[in-house]
Amino acid sequence: MVAFTLNGKRVTVNTAPDTPLLWALRDHLKLPGTKYGCGAGLCGACTVHVNGKAVRSCQTEVSAVKGARVLTIEGLSPDSSHPLQKAWVAEQVPQCGYCQSGQIMKAAELLAKNPKPSRTDIVRHMNGNICRCGTYTRIISAIQRAAREG
Amino acid sequence: MTIETQSNSAGPRVTRRGFLAGTGGLTFAIVLGANGAGLITPARAKSMAQEITAWVRIAPDDVITILTPAAEMGQGSMTSVPLILAEELDADWDKVVLEWAPADPKVYGYTRKRGGRVSQSMAIVGSRAVMMYYNQMRIAGAQARKVLLDAAASRWRVPVSELTTEPSQVVHGKSGRRMSYGEIASFARMPATLPKVGKGALKKKSEFRLIGKSVPRRDIPAKVNGTAQFSIDVHLPGMVYASTVHSPVQNGKPKSWNEAKIKAMPGVLGTVKLKQGVAIVADSFEQVLVARSALKVEWKGAKAKGFDSETVLEKDYARIAGDPKAKIKTLQKIGDDKAAFAQAARTYKAEFRSDLGYHAQMEPLNAVARFNAAGDRVEIWEGTQAPGRSRQMIAKALGLETSQVIHHQCYMGGGFGRRSRTDYTIEAALIAKEIKRPVKMIWTREEDIAYGMFRPQSLLRLEAALDASGKVTGWRHSVTGDGKRLLQSGIKNFYYQVPNKNIERRGASHGIRLKHWRAVGHVFNVYAIEAFIDEMAAAEGMDSLDFRLQRMSPSKKAQTVLETVAKMSDWRAKRPEGRAVGLSMSERSGSLGAGVVEISLDGKSGKIRVHKTWLAIDGGTIVQPDSARRNLESGIIYGLSSVLKERATMKDGIVEQSNFHDYEVLRITDAPEELHVEFIDKDTKPTGIGEIGNPWVAAAVANAFHALTGKRLHHMPFTPERVKAVLKA
Repeated sequence: MVAFTLNGKRVTVNTAPDTPLLWALRDHLKLPGTKYGCGAGLCGACTVHVNGKAVRSCQTEVSAVKGARVLTIEGLSPDSSHPLQKAWVAEQVPQCGYCQSGQIMKAAELLAKNPKPSRTDIVRHMNGNICRCGTYTRIISAIQRAAREG
Repeated sequence: MTIETQSNSAGPRVTRRGFLAGTGGLTFAIVLGANGAGLITPARAKSMAQEITAWVRIAPDDVITILTPAAEMGQGSMTSVPLILAEELDADWDKVVLEWAPADPKVYGYTRKRGGRVSQSMAIVGSRAVMMYYNQMRIAGAQARKVLLDAAASRWRVPVSELTTEPSQVVHGKSGRRMSYGEIASFARMPATLPKVGKGALKKKSEFRLIGKSVPRRDIPAKVNGTAQFSIDVHLPGMVYASTVHSPVQNGKPKSWNEAKIKAMPGVLGTVKLKQGVAIVADSFEQVLVARSALKVEWKGAKAKGFDSETVLEKDYARIAGDPKAKIKTLQKIGDDKAAFAQAARTYKAEFRSDLGYHAQMEPLNAVARFNAAGDRVEIWEGTQAPGRSRQMIAKALGLETSQVIHHQCYMGGGFGRRSRTDYTIEAALIAKEIKRPVKMIWTREEDIAYGMFRPQSLLRLEAALDASGKVTGWRHSVTGDGKRLLQSGIKNFYYQVPNKNIERRGASHGIRLKHWRAVGHVFNVYAIEAFIDEMAAAEGMDSLDFRLQRMSPSKKAQTVLETVAKMSDWRAKRPEGRAVGLSMSERSGSLGAGVVEISLDGKSGKIRVHKTWLAIDGGTIVQPDSARRNLESGIIYGLSSVLKERATMKDGIVEQSNFHDYEVLRITDAPEELHVEFIDKDTKPTGIGEIGNPWVAAAVANAFHALTGKRLHHMPFTPERVKAVLKA
C-alpha cells in the first residue's frame, strides 16, 4: 500500500511496490490521460510531475512516490485553463494527440522555472518528448504563446 | 440491430438508437441509391426493409447533430467532413454537435467507383476522407436545407424563391421575417420524397462560410486535458489485461511454451494460443509485463527464417533487377521507349535504395473486447482507419455475423496506414472469447516493432533518354522488392509528360509483414525520380528548376507548383555560407506539390540539418486550410524523420530494432526552424492532403546535399554513417 498526493488529493494504491507509476495511475487510479508510449523512458508520453519535477512515470516505481505530490495532466488545471492548455488550443497543436499530455507536462516544468524561455531553451528542454505526428514547430509556438500571454 | 448508447464526454457519442428515436425536430435519414448515398425521410425509412440510419438531426433548440464517418488519427477530418455538410445546410457551426457514425459502410461509407463496380467504404486511407466524402456531404446538406426552406415557405405562404438562409436561419428579405432552423424543425414535416439537388444548386466558392475558412478542430480540447478517449484508455468493469508475444521470426507459429510456470505467476489468469503468438492474461497489466519476460515459447519455423534484409537488398535485388529472365509486371507503357533510347543523343541512368520503415505510431496497438454471457455478441473498442472492414474481419475470425460485432470507434494515437489492418483487435477478441472476461490487449512497444508491418525496402533503377535538344524523350523506372502493389504507388509520374515511358515492377517474396505506410511506394519512387532528375540537370549543366520546366515536359499543374515554390523559397537566391537548397516534387491522391529544403551539414558527425522548408500544394479546394497546413507540416516532419533517421533491418527473419533508442524518429531538436506551406487557389474538387507532405522530402534533401558537397546520396535513410561514407568516397 503506497499513499501519496495525486492532483491535490490523498490517494492510496495497492499494487506491488515496484509497479511502474504509469500503470498505477492509468489502471488503478483510473487517470488514463498519462500515456504509455515505450515503457523504457525514451518517448516522454508518460511524463508527470513528482514534487514539481517532470519524471517518466514508466520508469518510476510507485513506491518511490510515497508521500510525494504527483501531478498529472488531469490535475494541471480544473478546466483546461492552464496557460499551456490555452495556448495548445489557440495554436491547434495536437494532431493524433497521444503524446500531448506528456508534452504539456514537460513544458509546464519549463515555464515553472523559466517563465520566458528562448527557442533554444524550449528545444533543449523538450527534446526527450517524441511527437510522431511532428507537431514540434507548433509546440514551440504554443510554449512561446503561453510564456507571452500567461 | 442497434448500436448501444455509449456515453463518453470526451469524444463524439455513438447514439444510433437515440438518434432515430429522437423526439421532436427533423431527422434526416440516409439511404443508398444507384447514385450513392442520399437523404430520405424517416417515414420512408421505416417502410423499407433495410435498416436506415440518420446523418443529421435538427432539434427545436437549434442544436444540429451531424454524424462524422471519418476516423480521426490526427488529420482533422472528423471535423472537416461533417463541416462540408454543414456548409451546404448553411448551419451555424457553433450549434453543430458531432457524433461518431457507426461502423456501417453501407450507410456511412463513401462511394467508390472502380471499373463498373460501385462500393461503399469507410476506410480512411490514401488521403481519402475529405476527397471522397466531399460531393456526398454537400448534396446531403443541400437537401436538408431545401426541406427547411420549403417548410418555411409554406408556413409564411411565400414563394420559396424569395427565401434565403443565413447560418441556421431562414430569411424572407421582403418582409424582414426570419426563423431559426430549430423553430422550423418544431413544426416541419418531412416531405414524402426529398427534394432533388443537382450540382448546379450547390454553393459557389464565394458563398462559402465554412469551407476555405478555418474552424477549430473539435477533437483538440479533449487532447489537452487527458480526456480524449483512445482505445488504450477504455476501462470496463471486471476487465482483465493481456499482451501477445509473437514469433521473433515474422509469421512463425507457437509450438509449445512454459504454460505451467506462467500460470503460477502472480495475477496470471492464463495463456491463450493464437495463430501467430501466445497471449498472457492477468489481473493487471504490470503483472502481464512481468509474466511476458518469463515466457519461453518454442516456435515453428516460418518462411521468413533466414531473411537478411541488408543482404537481400544489396545482392538479391540487384540480381533480380538485372535479370532479363526475371518476372516483370509492366505498370505503364507509353509510346516506344526502345525507339526513344535507340535514337537518343544522350542517356542517363541511376540506381537508388530504400530500407524498411516502421510506422511508430505513438499509441502501441491495442484493443478492448467484451463478449455477452451467451457468447454470441462481442463489443469492440478500437482505433481503426477502416471500421467497416475491421468489423467484418473480426466477425469472420470469431465465426460471427457482422451484426453480432458491436463496434466502438476511438481516437487513434497515430495511424499512418498501420491501423487499416485489424490483426491486433482480432487478437483481443479471441482472447476475450477464450478467457470469458472483458479484456484490454496491448502490444508492448517492443512487440509493436518486432511484429511490425513495414514499408517495403526496394531497389530502384531509372534510365532516361534525351534527344539532341536535350529534352527527355524516354523514361524507364524499375522497382524491385517484396510487397507487390505496395511497391508501385507514386511510380507513374504523370506530371512529367515524357512521350515514351516504360515502368515496371519486379518481385521477391520473403514471408515478412509489409504494409501501407503514409504514401508507401511514393516514399522511394518519388525519391528516385526527383533525385535522378537533379543528377541529369547537373550533368546537363542546368539549374534543377529550369531542367524540370524545359526538359521534363511538366503538366500545367506541375509548372504552377514548381514556379510557386521557386518564388516562395526565392529559389535562385544565394544562401548563407554552409547552406544549400534542393528541389523536389510529388503527386499523391490527386494532389500535386513541389518543395524546397535548405540544409547544412556537420561533416564531422555526418549529420544533415534541415533548416527551412517551402511547400506549394495544389490540392483543389482546401476545406480547412489551417488543419490542412498542419497536416502537411506533419508530413514534412514525418518525411524528414524517414529520410534522416528511420531504418528497420531484419536478420534471420527477426527485426533487429526494439524501441525508440534503436529505431530513432525525428525529435524537436531536428525540427526545421521554418516550415512554409502555400496552397494554389483553386475551386476544383478537393484532392488528398494527408500523404503529400512527406514523399518529396527525400530527394529535396539529397539534391541539397549535392548542391552543398557535390556528392550524391543513393540510399535512404541518409544516416550519419552513410553520409560520412559518401563524403569519404
